[in-house]
Amino acid sequence: MFTQQLMNGITVGGIYALIALGYTMVYGILKIVNFAHGDVFMMGMFLGMFFTQALGMHYLIAFPLAAAATAFVGICIERIAYRPIRVADKLAVLISALGVSIFLQNFAMLVWGTETHTFNSGIKVQTFRLGSVTLSNIQIGVIVLCCVLMVVLYLVVNKTKIGVAMRATSHSIVSAKLMGINTDKIISFTFGVGSVLACVAGILVGIYYDAVYPTIGYSYGLKAFAAAILGGIGSIPGAMLGGFVIGIVETFGAAYISSGYRDAFAFGILIIVLIFKPSGILGVKHVDKV
Amino acid sequence: MALLEIKDLQVKYGVIPALKGVSFSVEEGEAVALIGANGAGKTTTLHAISGIVKKAGGTITFGGQDITNKPAHEIVGLGISQVQEGRGIFSNLTVLENIRMGAYLRKDAKGIEEDMGRVYRMFPRLEERKSQVAGTLSGGEQQMLAIGRALMARPKVLLLDEPSMGLSPLIVETIFRTIKRLNKEEGMTILLVEQNAQMALYAARRTYIMETGEIVRSGLSKELKNDDAIRKSYLGL
Ligand SMILES: Nc1ncnc2c1ncn2[C@@H]1O[C@H](COP(=O)(O)OP(=O)(O)OP(=O)(O)O)[C@@H](O)[C@H]1O
Ligand SMILES: [Mg+2]
Repeated sequence: MFTQQLMNGITVGGIYALIALGYTMVYGILKIVNFAHGDVFMMGMFLGMFFTQALGMHYLIAFPLAAAATAFVGICIERIAYRPIRVADKLAVLISALGVSIFLQNFAMLVWGTETHTFNSGIKVQTFRLGSVTLSNIQIGVIVLCCVLMVVLYLVVNKTKIGVAMRATSHSIVSAKLMGINTDKIISFTFGVGSVLACVAGILVGIYYDAVYPTIGYSYGLKAFAAAILGGIGSIPGAMLGGFVIGIVETFGAAYISSGYRDAFAFGILIIVLIFKPSGILGVKHVDKV
Repeated sequence: MALLEIKDLQVKYGVIPALKGVSFSVEEGEAVALIGANGAGKTTTLHAISGIVKKAGGTITFGGQDITNKPAHEIVGLGISQVQEGRGIFSNLTVLENIRMGAYLRKDAKGIEEDMGRVYRMFPRLEERKSQVAGTLSGGEQQMLAIGRALMARPKVLLLDEPSMGLSPLIVETIFRTIKRLNKEEGMTILLVEQNAQMALYAARRTYIMETGEIVRSGLSKELKNDDAIRKSYLGL
């Protein structure tokens, strides 16, 4: 029972982590919360479904295409909704984000309707037992893919030139520009990467739960946002850790206490952590020498 | 023709004018200082040259090319590097990563290595601390890092914004000796912004004096140094 719940928790946790990375990377660079990110996740899900079902593609072709299309959506959001008001105050950004969120949900309703769709990826669910634990191939896929993507992201951010440019830009856009970094490009890249991760999460949720509907981004987005805050927003390892913590806590809470309070556990732990460590688990307070 | 030519430059923050028609020039190989009190518009001038702030009017030409509305990263590519006020160190990156950042636009790995050696010879302290996170350096070391990093771009002009800020007199002297040597021995063209008029007049051949968004005086540093009005209001003598 315990190990079973742990595996279930890690599975959802990995998904929260993938979405949380988008929140945290954008926050790290622009110091804004992209409240439309949950809907980018939803778009990724629908696009994955669209390419496999409507266009009848094999998932190995459809999913990368969906990821690219979602990246395009994310990059457009930044261009259209955030870039023109980059110097404006944070309230304007928040309102713009909510506008994008409403737009994306309505777009999905218009194109795909308000009903719940099955995902039908063409991937068959197979379960098998390991001792007392039942696992599905999907679950293992989710865990492995989440881990691989996080390692890749870690390497990109820490070992590549564009990664250093991202870290420089997140520290100070002006200083980064003075190094010759095209910061607009870096910002677009960040939105693109965050959106690809959200799309992967969307497709995984689609396969795992086999239910797709236009407002699904709301609850996932909110929990992933909680995960990002919990880990320390702006911190990449923090978002990963926060995602797993929230996934595991909510799964255990639902299993051992009450499934009715499933969502309360995630936010309960968030509140507790914020009371004792407002910057989040791995968050750092910036101390810059002047 | 001057290497860097600023004509009637105007910048506004909202509706408030920060620069009200500033004109000056820097010749190739020359060191020029821009001095003035807090809020005179010195940083704004450098940010305008580097493409960080939008211009409300005027032109900036560099090597005969109009760069008034070029984006910041292209201006760096053309050969203008700025050492920011407050240094602008990436405190979350290591000293080495900061130095490499200065060469961001360069592709010549060999030249980068050479220039790194040159920076380390200029500031041996940086080599000793190259794997340290830059935020843990002392103020003086950070200033050295900022200058070294800017040189990694192999600029044609080096813009320096208050390199003396917040440093002890001894460190200030070291930094200014380095600046002067860069100009005199390596022929680096320098535009220096300072509140420390004494140091600025020491390092620069010519000096412009700025007050509330305008240039009010200019001349050879050695003449301004002996001017009574300037001794009184800027040198406190
Ligand atoms: N981002 C900004 N928004 C609004 N006003 C600004 C901004 N930056 C500078 N200013 C204003 O523009 C004027 C010139 O500022 P600037 O920073 O260029 O002065 P400075 O000469 O560099 O001063 P200091 O010696 O204190 O660095 C000041 O009145 C300042 O308040
Ligand atoms: Mg200034």
